[in-house]
Amino acid sequence: MILPAIMFYLFSAVAIASGVMVVSARNPVHSVLFLILAFFNAAGLFVLMGAEFLAMILVIVYVGAVAVLFLFVVMMLDIDFAQLRTGAMKYLPVGLVVGLILLAELVLVFGSWAIAPQVASVVAAPLPAASGFSNTRALGDLLYTRYFFAFQVAGMILLVAMIGAIVLTLRHRAGVRRQVIAEQLARQRAETIAVVKVRVGAGIDAEAAE
Amino acid sequence: MSLFSRGARGLLLTELLSGMALTLRYMFKTPVTVNYPYEKGPLSPRFRGEHALRRYPNGEERCIACKLCEAICPALAITIEAEPREDGSRRTTRYDIDMTKCIYCGYCQEACPVDAIVEGPNFEFAAETREELFYDKDKLLANGDRWEAEIAKSLSLEAPYR
Amino acid sequence: MAEFWHGYVWPTIIVVAEILCVLVPLLLTIAYYTYAERKVLAFAQLRKGPNVVGPFGLLQPIADAIKMLWKETIIPSGANRVIFIAAPIVTVALALVAWAVIPFDQGMVISNINVGILYLFAISSLSVYGTIMAGWASNSRYAFLGALRSAAQMVSYEVSIGFVLVTVLLCAGSLNLTDIVMAQDHYWLGFIPGWFVIPLLPMAVVFFVSGLAETNRAPFDLAEGESELVAGFHVEYSAMTWLLFFMGEYGNMILVCAMTSILFLGGWLSPIPLEPFTWIPGPIWLIAKILFVMFLFLWVRATFPRFRYDQLMRLGWKVFLPLSLFWLVLTAGVLTAMGWVPSH
Repeated sequence: MILPAIMFYLFSAVAIASGVMVVSARNPVHSVLFLILAFFNAAGLFVLMGAEFLAMILVIVYVGAVAVLFLFVVMMLDIDFAQLRTGAMKYLPVGLVVGLILLAELVLVFGSWAIAPQVASVVAAPLPAASGFSNTRALGDLLYTRYFFAFQVAGMILLVAMIGAIVLTLRHRAGVRRQVIAEQLARQRAETIAVVKVRVGAGIDAEAAE
Repeated sequence: MSLFSRGARGLLLTELLSGMALTLRYMFKTPVTVNYPYEKGPLSPRFRGEHALRRYPNGEERCIACKLCEAICPALAITIEAEPREDGSRRTTRYDIDMTKCIYCGYCQEACPVDAIVEGPNFEFAAETREELFYDKDKLLANGDRWEAEIAKSLSLEAPYR
Repeated sequence: MAEFWHGYVWPTIIVVAEILCVLVPLLLTIAYYTYAERKVLAFAQLRKGPNVVGPFGLLQPIADAIKMLWKETIIPSGANRVIFIAAPIVTVALALVAWAVIPFDQGMVISNINVGILYLFAISSLSVYGTIMAGWASNSRYAFLGALRSAAQMVSYEVSIGFVLVTVLLCAGSLNLTDIVMAQDHYWLGFIPGWFVIPLLPMAVVFFVSGLAETNRAPFDLAEGESELVAGFHVEYSAMTWLLFFMGEYGNMILVCAMTSILFLGGWLSPIPLEPFTWIPGPIWLIAKILFVMFLFLWVRATFPRFRYDQLMRLGWKVFLPLSLFWLVLTAGVLTAMGWVPSH
């Protein structure tokens, strides 16, 4: 089948092109939108590899939540990126070094597969044969048995980060009158309204005093 | 109120459900809509609608060009020019009402000593262009001829209160 | 050549035909949902609603569509043209692509993928982009405020929807929508349908209310908020672009209704396990359930006033999130303790 190959090159090409556009787009909002496009194409590549669970999680987490916050912040900040970009050439050497290190690492990782084919099988060892059940289940089996500790630690780190963010930003100001919704909801007609029969000329106070 | 019944009320959404029940009951009531333009609501004889210039029963126009309506008009919507007719009676040569300016206060009708300018019962005179709403004397007289029966009736009904 | 025909062309034709079979009735439903909404609101307010165009006003949506087509699409001079045009397209496309995984009967689905519910969740979490892009590209304060509101709102309610979905998944033991429906295919005591709405009633309510918030519907339509934001994120849109937003909103509503029917109301299953009812084909039951939930949407809109924004956030984070989390843990606990965990 030639179709998967075509799809692979399509997704990869669009992903790389949009990755380039993320860096080079003039408008920061366009950058974020290109980033989203890149995420989508990565998800498409996952689907091509048969990892539909990962693809969907990528879309839900990165596109549905993280990129929304990116977009939110970029829209709110309204930075003049043209001005920010004037010093871009200054950072070029550092960027090049980081890029080269990343490239070298990737070459090492994939190169090792080519040099020593048994490395791949060692890395993929815990994964059982992909026949019989879906990759969702395979992923779950791995995460909740072999990598359970790492999974829990990651969760705890996120929890600590969340609590930390709340502790750092939450301020209790004294003397602020707040709405207590539970109290408002608890009001009953019988408690708040009293129908009083008032004699002519007597007034409510006289009636209540009796 | 006890915590229990409060919690039960909150968790069972009784208030929301009773509100929804009320809406549902209303859905089966008869609509009160007046099916305009096939049905119309009743109009008071004091209704102030489209303007009209009236005539006497013999066909003579009532307006004597006293310009009281022009003077009192708060929106400056009325423009009148006048000169004696060949038989010597004083008449308007031009009587324009800019209906886009008019605020339908009815002062012109109140000011008129001869009941010439009146606001009739017609309220359906929407136009497609602005120009159509700049009424001239011919248009106003035509309105008067068209609505004379209704105008005369509402004036006679109103007469006891004036 | 024969291989090319049978391998590519013929499957493509079949898929396109299937897509048309879903989309054409869907678009008609969207059109007539607007009519139904106007009628239901009118009846709740003792009015008559549209009744002039055609018998009982039934041609009103067609007339509206023709009017929209004839109007001029205005693009504000300060707007970001590309994104301004892309936003409504994104909105309506997302509302339509989600229907690829909705099963109408056993095997009656365009794409029966294993992670169907995640796909739906992903698509519904993307629908916020149409709104944000529209609000930002309009270069207008009202539109921007509406977009910010809707972004925060949709992200908040997404979380509790996620927990509700996980609860359903625990009970069904599968991410496949067909399997989820089939997990409800039994009757307690022989006559009570085994739909998830009965054991998971609070979750069903949370899902429905979050669905209202997710689709920006009354009483959570703060993104539009015509009394304070004029029309919110689509204030600068006109004619076809506006119509696309409208179609996207109603398409999303119908999608949430379909999700509610499938997850909680037993999809295409008959409510009564007796002879005359089991003869009725499954898609008709599903459509009846979807129509019922669609009516609930309108009923809620006719009943409740709009939330204030802080109350909306409070409801999402302080009520729904703990409640759905608690119910998730409770469900997992009960399933494990009683040994009811479904195994596939």
